[in-house]
Amino acid sequence: MSISRFARAVRRSSFSSVLLGSVLAGGVMGGALVAQAEDTHEVEISIKDHKFEPDALKLPVGKPIKITVKNLDATPEEFESHDLGFEKIIAGNSSAIIRVKPLKPGTYIFFGEFHQDSALGHVVAE
Amino acid sequence: MLAALIIVFREVLEAGLIIGVVLAASRGVHGRNGAVALGVLAGIAGSIIVAVFASGISNAFDGRGQEIFVAAILLFAVIMLGWHVAWMAHHAREMTQQLRQLGSDVSAGRQSLFALGAAVAVAVMREGSEVVLFMTGILMQGKDNGFELLIGSGIGLMLGAVVSMVLYFGLAAIPIKQMFTVTGVLITLLAAGLAASAVKQLSNAGLLNVFDSTVWDSSSILSEDSWPGRVLSILVGYMDRPTGMQLIAYVATAAAIFFMSYILRAPAKPVGQRA
Repeated sequence: MSISRFARAVRRSSFSSVLLGSVLAGGVMGGALVAQAEDTHEVEISIKDHKFEPDALKLPVGKPIKITVKNLDATPEEFESHDLGFEKIIAGNSSAIIRVKPLKPGTYIFFGEFHQDSALGHVVAE
Repeated sequence: MLAALIIVFREVLEAGLIIGVVLAASRGVHGRNGAVALGVLAGIAGSIIVAVFASGISNAFDGRGQEIFVAAILLFAVIMLGWHVAWMAHHAREMTQQLRQLGSDVSAGRQSLFALGAAVAVAVMREGSEVVLFMTGILMQGKDNGFELLIGSGIGLMLGAVVSMVLYFGLAAIPIKQMFTVTGVLITLLAAGLAASAVKQLSNAGLLNVFDSTVWDSSSILSEDSWPGRVLSILVGYMDRPTGMQLIAYVATAAAIFFMSYILRAPAKPVGQRA
C-alpha cells in the first residue's frame, strides 16, 4: 500500500487508529530483544552505613559486567553512575543486579544519590 | 538540608516540566484541569504503591524488574503523549477559533483527556516513587537533622512546582495561533526523549543489545547531569552519551508522531466530505 493510500485510509478511519500507530512505533523498539552474552564478569558491592564496600574496584576491559549490590542499611539508596550509564533504586535490606556493557579502559565514578556525601566509589577498567 | 532540597527538586522538576508542557498544550480543552489534577493524584497514589513494592519490583525477572517496569511506564507515556499531539492537531483549527472568539474553554471534545491524565499520572508515579523512598529513608534514620531534611524536601517540592508553573505561563503567553504548534513540537520531542530513555532501561536490563555502542560523548560540553543539561533532557530529550538504538528510537518516535499529526491535522473541510 502506498503512503498516500495509507494516509487516506488512516484519515478515514476513527481516531483510535492513532493509538495503533503509537503501538507500532513502540513495537519497533521492543522488537529486537537479544539474550545476554555469556562471558560475564561478576562482582559484588555492599552498602553499609551509606558507604560502599569495596569503594574501589578493578574490572576487566571488554567483558560484560554483572554487579550485585547488597544494601545492608535499612534505608533505600539510589545506586547511580553517569559514567557507566545507570541509576537504580535499591530498597533497604535488599539487593539489586546491575548489568554493565563491556568497558573501555578508564576510571568510572559511581555514587549513592541519596547519600552523596558518603556513598562514593569508582571503578578502574584495565 | 540542601542535599535533600536538591534531590526532591530534581525529581519534582522532571514530572513538573512534563505537566507544564501538557497543560499548555491542552489550553482550551474543557475539563483538562480536572484530568490533570486526577492524573497527579493517581500518580501520587501510584508512587506510594511502587515505593512499597520497590524491592519486589526490582527482583522480578531475574533482577531486571525495575528496568522493565520503568521502560513500560515510559513507553506508555510515549503512546499517551503521541495520542494527545495527534488529537490536538486534529482539533487545532476549531480550538484556535473558539479560543479567539470566546477567550474561554471550548468543549471541542474530550477524547484526549484520558491520554492527558494518564501521561501525567505515570510521570508523577515514576519520579514520585523516588521522592517517597528518599523521604521514608530520612524518617527511618531518625537522625537529629531528620526534621531539617524534611523541610529541605518540602522546599524542593515547592520550588519544583514553581518552576513548572513558570514554564506553563511562559508557554501560555505565546500567541494562540502559534501556541499549539510550539507545544505540539515540544510534546513530540518530549515523547521522543522518553522513548530513548526507555531504550536505555531495556539496554541496562540486557534485553536490547542492538546498536548498543555510544555514538557521541558531549558530556564535556553539556553534561546531562548539569542543570541546563537536565532540563533539556526532559524537555527535548537531550542525551550526552546516546547509543545508536537510543537515537533510532528518538527519531522513529518523533517521526511517527509528526506523521500522525500531519495526516490527522485539522482538514479544510470536515473529515469524510472530501472528494
